Amino acid sequence: MAINTEKNSYTVLFATIMVAVVGTVLAFLASSLSDKIKENERLEKQQNILYAMGINQNKGEGSVSFIPTDQVAGEFSKYIKEQLVIEGDEITQDDQAYLIDLKKQATAAKNGQTRKLPLFIGDKNGSKFYIIPMRGKGLWDAIWGFIALDENMVVQGVYFDHAAETPGLGANIKQRYFMDDFTGESILEGTKYAGIAVAKGNNDPLNKIKDDNEVDALAGATITGNGVSAMISESVNLYKDYLETIRVK
Amino acid sequence: MALLTKKDASLILDPLADNNPITIQVLGICSALAITAELKASVVMAISVLFVLGIGNVVISVLRNVIPSKIRIIVQLIVVATLVIIVDQVLKAFAYELSKTLSVFVGLIITNCIIMGRFEAFALGNGPWKSFLDGIGNALGYGVILIIVGFFRELLGSGTLFGFPVLGDPISKTGLYSTGYENNGFMIIPPAALIVVGIIIWVQRSRNKALIEDN
Repeated sequence: MAINTEKNSYTVLFATIMVAVVGTVLAFLASSLSDKIKENERLEKQQNILYAMGINQNKGEGSVSFIPTDQVAGEFSKYIKEQLVIEGDEITQDDQAYLIDLKKQATAAKNGQTRKLPLFIGDKNGSKFYIIPMRGKGLWDAIWGFIALDENMVVQGVYFDHAAETPGLGANIKQRYFMDDFTGESILEGTKYAGIAVAKGNNDPLNKIKDDNEVDALAGATITGNGVSAMISESVNLYKDYLETIRVK
Repeated sequence: MALLTKKDASLILDPLADNNPITIQVLGICSALAITAELKASVVMAISVLFVLGIGNVVISVLRNVIPSKIRIIVQLIVVATLVIIVDQVLKAFAYELSKTLSVFVGLIITNCIIMGRFEAFALGNGPWKSFLDGIGNALGYGVILIIVGFFRELLGSGTLFGFPVLGDPISKTGLYSTGYENNGFMIIPPAALIVVGIIIWVQRSRNKALIEDN
């Protein structure tokens, strides 16, 4: 029996069956792998938080190496002493706070609900780190990261990541030479929470001046850089009230 | 009887050299430029394309008599997209860090001209076995170039191979670096890939004059 593949009814039937088959296969795959993928994402968050406070396995210039996945859970509970959730005036402890989805919280805030703000307090050799998660917009898609502060509001380390910035340009926000520039910068300008701007032509390409609230921009990645500036200042301002309580004045 | 007839073998071997998808057909250039800064990413991309093109060609070939010609391009796209999503999900589950490096490019496979080109030009008109060989051959031809480019870019740009320092330590100036050698930062950025691919094309055409166009 020869099928007439040119008939419209056949085309519609073929398309319907194909969509059903493909949909079933993908749905099955997604549900069977989702546990493993979620676990990977969970460990990645722990690695990123630890990275921001300087717990990593960087070897030499340019290397960005996290604590291996099989050790990260142990190291995370060793160094992260407290996980706080700031909800309005209420501050609670929650050891799952690092799993809070910042995107969902931002949407909730837009709809008039109180935003849950996670904050992590780390302790390394007696010095305290206040680690704030951040989320913002790059050129193509989301960018996010963590910023670790001390009691003087001086940056102790950052970690940035992105969903789809241009490789070689905006994607370089997760390179060492960009992230390392933030260390030592203060997020305060006087008493204002100004954040740190990614600035073009700031006459300080080697980043020797640490009190100018500026780091040198990436060539060819203006919009991603502006996204990073906006992300930092928005995020630290969300935590302003809390940070005022711990800041050494 | 030999496993592969002479004609079958040429389906695999031709794309490796004289009919290479990148250097001769100049397809799939965008991914060749984008992800070859490291050897590791090149190898993973090559393996992913091998998987997608090998299986995709077979699927299209099996379906070639029932695919309505009016929607054949859409059908081809759906087959590639499905296979790519499978690759992406599996990488996310079992090679998470790698999947992060490749996440942008895995999506690019869907629009990789080599894949659509082989579906349209070969799999729609040939049986599954031949299509499979053609897919493997073209993916290998693509992968070989990717790996060659990745090798030179990582070696000259970062002084490493698969992340291992092979030329010594650039900071404490050991190995080759003690002689004053420096890494070439230009090799890391995408335009360097264009130059390396250009050199490969040049070498290939000067060895085989038959490849040079008349005009």
